[in-house]
Amino acid sequence: MPRLVSISDASGWTERLKDAAGVALIALLLGIPMIGLTTADQGGALEVLTRWPLLGAFVAVVFCGRLLLRYLLDLLKRRRQTRERQQGEVTAVTMKRVWLDGRVLSAIGWLVLGVALVLPVVFSDNRYVVDIATTVLIYVMLGWGLNVVVGLAGLLDMGHAAFYAVGAYAYALLATRFGWGFWEALPVAGLIATVFGLAIGWPSLRLRGDYLAIVTLGFGEIIRVVLVNWTDFSGGPNGISQIPRPNFFGLPFSPSGDRPTFASFFGLEFSPMHRIIFLYYVILMLSLLTNALVARLRRLPIGRAWEAMREDEIACKALGMDVTKIKLSAFALGAMLGGVAGVFFAARQGFISPESFTFNESAIILAIVVLGGMGSQLGVVLASLVLVLIPEIGRDFSEYRMLLFGTAMILIMIWRPAGILSHREPTLRHAAAGGEHA
Amino acid sequence: MPEPLLSVERLTMRFGGLAAIDDMSLDVPAGLITGVIGPNGAGKTTFFNCLTGFYKPTTGSVRLNHPRHGALRLESLPSHEVARLAQVVRTFQNIRTFPKMTVLENLIVAQHNVLQQASFFSLAGILGLPSYRRAEARALEKAVGWLTRLGLIDKADIPAGALPYGMQRRVEIARALCVDPLLLCLDEPAAGLNPRESGELNELLRRLVEEERLTLLLIEHDMSVVMNVCDHICVLNYGRKIAEGTPREIQNDPQVIKAYLGEEEAGDMRVEMKEVMKA
Amino acid sequence: MALALQQLINGLTLGAVYGLIAIGYTMVYGIIGMINFAHGDIYMVSAFIAVTGFTLLTAFGVESVVLALFVVLVVTVLFTSVYGWAVERVAYRPLRGSARLVPLISSIGMSIFLQNMVQLTQGARVKPIPPMITGGVDLLTVNGFTARLSYSQVIIVLVTVLLLAAFTWLITRTSFGRQQRACEQDRMMTALLGIDVDRTISLTFMLGAALAAVAGVMVTMYYGVVDFYIGFVAGIKAFTAAVLGGIGSLPGAMLGGLIIGLIEAFWSNYLSAEYKDVATFSILILVLLFRPSGLLGRPEVEKV
Repeated sequence: MPRLVSISDASGWTERLKDAAGVALIALLLGIPMIGLTTADQGGALEVLTRWPLLGAFVAVVFCGRLLLRYLLDLLKRRRQTRERQQGEVTAVTMKRVWLDGRVLSAIGWLVLGVALVLPVVFSDNRYVVDIATTVLIYVMLGWGLNVVVGLAGLLDMGHAAFYAVGAYAYALLATRFGWGFWEALPVAGLIATVFGLAIGWPSLRLRGDYLAIVTLGFGEIIRVVLVNWTDFSGGPNGISQIPRPNFFGLPFSPSGDRPTFASFFGLEFSPMHRIIFLYYVILMLSLLTNALVARLRRLPIGRAWEAMREDEIACKALGMDVTKIKLSAFALGAMLGGVAGVFFAARQGFISPESFTFNESAIILAIVVLGGMGSQLGVVLASLVLVLIPEIGRDFSEYRMLLFGTAMILIMIWRPAGILSHREPTLRHAAAGGEHA
Repeated sequence: MPEPLLSVERLTMRFGGLAAIDDMSLDVPAGLITGVIGPNGAGKTTFFNCLTGFYKPTTGSVRLNHPRHGALRLESLPSHEVARLAQVVRTFQNIRTFPKMTVLENLIVAQHNVLQQASFFSLAGILGLPSYRRAEARALEKAVGWLTRLGLIDKADIPAGALPYGMQRRVEIARALCVDPLLLCLDEPAAGLNPRESGELNELLRRLVEEERLTLLLIEHDMSVVMNVCDHICVLNYGRKIAEGTPREIQNDPQVIKAYLGEEEAGDMRVEMKEVMKA
Repeated sequence: MALALQQLINGLTLGAVYGLIAIGYTMVYGIIGMINFAHGDIYMVSAFIAVTGFTLLTAFGVESVVLALFVVLVVTVLFTSVYGWAVERVAYRPLRGSARLVPLISSIGMSIFLQNMVQLTQGARVKPIPPMITGGVDLLTVNGFTARLSYSQVIIVLVTVLLLAAFTWLITRTSFGRQQRACEQDRMMTALLGIDVDRTISLTFMLGAALAAVAGVMVTMYYGVVDFYIGFVAGIKAFTAAVLGGIGSLPGAMLGGLIIGLIEAFWSNYLSAEYKDVATFSILILVLLFRPSGLLGRPEVEKV
């Protein structure tokens, strides 16, 4: 409930103290069973341990934090009010619009691309950085795939990891059982994922939004459960290991061998970094292809139909558009892109198991799309960076990383409900088509 | 009277026990404006929903005499085929533009089927083949044409949702026109318009019929639109057709006046309708 | 025969638990139209509180099982309701009025947060507590298999029935219930009538959490093992139950819970335990395809 707070007088502080005390009381109540008390296994039976000092510290931190937050919020509010009074509200609004318009965004996009291209050159002996960048790119690719489904077509898919898994297992099985190489398997696995997308989408896309969400979630879990239990086929919980890595146009990345290797062919000294960097460029290329494809499709009838469907499905029907077909096309494309990302994932890890394709994975991909700003390709990149880097930064206190991750999801949604980048660039302009003279 | 474009025969739509439309028959003559009027809850929008495939009528038939495809039974077509194949296009009472897309995009989306065919499953589009480019240019030309005629051209690049109410109604009409309708069904196009906008709408509707040889079916509350624009009026009350005829016949029909106002105020209504006619 | 009877008993017990959790989903969905993904984790938190409670009482030397159960039930319900309130206040209230996906993402974040918070503060290991209520009634023996109704199953069913009766009374007869139902129909109008909608929503969350807490205590007592991951699976099953019964319908949630419980029990016994989740989801998908409004939900006419 909004409360009027006067800043200047002392009653502001009384108000704030009261508020902070209330919040601290709630924190105390929440903290007693979780922080204050815990159970531990002591020689076969549980025993209750108390941590009252820790609870006290927690409540104190909450109290001070709330007090500070309240003060800062009030301060910001007062600043904004004074500024609005001086400038008038209109300028404030227009200023906000201007700083993130299409041109600035495309400049940022090119900048990010530039950084992505030179990153492994700069960090050529830092495996950690290149590895993380590769992980970010996998999520970018997954995010871009799901962005077609959720961001453009507005279909809430909570089981995207299923297609990721289909791609990964398709490659793993083709490679380990039939000796297929990465590049031959890539399109085939993508196709298999597409078929899965169509098979799952066809019955479920007639459902309303939330039901679609739960059905896709269900399908995602079904695929995972089957992978866990159908041991003959998928290796069960142990997964599939020794999946061949991609080679460089037939040149393997190995120290030495009968056949020429990447290092010997180019007269380089063997380094394990070669493959790491090569993998990085493979996923970069796949992502860029994805981006080019999606950006192109967005400007084609099918892409506009996706967005129109997100905006108003009934109006689409009234204009003669076959909504089921349009939905299915978005779903199938998203599945294909997810599958391709899965192939890369399997090839990079060399080992896959159902563990990698849990609901958490679907939730993370969905979070990337929504946090980034639905439909925004650059937003997906930024959100992937944030969501991969937060746990990485938290690695020093690694137990806290997923906690931080969850908190970040909530906070970003509160801070920017439309996502980090909510700007939408029109797919065509009358002005650009020489319209001024028309 | 010209050959009917659309014949509705004994249409009934029931929701549970309630008959929203009860045994209604109506001929919509080609090249004219037919108005469907009636008090709130008379079943007008339900009638539209039955015509355009959003509801499946309980009984009855809706036949369209299509110049190329012959007689089409609209009640058995899915809603998108009503628009695509039968070229019966509608607008909505509560505006349904694509709010985040620009006005121009709204009109291009309306030409989806033509463009999608030209883009050959998006392949020709991805490759940017000339055949697709030409189709896109034509679509753009058509959209710009309608925007110009409806006075929306300077709003082409603005998101439709950012426009004022009256303009959004016009965007919706322009968008429907981009589908090349044979029969255009407008659901309360004048709702929420001021008198000046409403006058412009009258003019536009007449022009569409005269210049484009369109057939119009419209639901309307605004008597000035109904009486001045319609050639033919059908009055619904409690799902039944209670009168049909020219505006002059309708405004003198005692049943219509009773349905609208009850007995006592019927006199005033007659006066009001006459004034509107004079204006 | 005896085996089938045993599965029926097990299924109904499990179903009662799913039903209690499902009511929380259905109520929240009814009132603010969102899938509260963190609800399963609220249930998980309550199970941990129950574990602490039972252990504490044992340490204090409380012998009476009935007393222990009662105290733990009350304490767990109280603390868990605070969690329900806090989750809504922190993660959903600031997002009221934004696009539908936004609170959903926030609730997924909250779910991740709760899971990891519990893992951090309570440990990642499975918590076993010794069985509290042993014994039961042998019902039927056929071919050497005895169907047995354990006392803990009796308690679960009994508590669930009592709770549902009280809950039905609350929703249909009290002023809070009327406000709650009014908010479901039209939040704006309810606010215009001078009802504090935020408060009603908060209470709804607390009520949902309280029911989940009862389920949490029951499960702790019944199975005797708890870990930080139980919320996800139970949450999804319960949500499935809510959708199956017709989301927004309270009796539907209970019915859906029972059906899911029975399917699971019979499927794992007669077909395969590994694929019991597949069965649940397949049935959910089939129901949604052929009867999207669920078993007891009102069919929805598409508004044009």
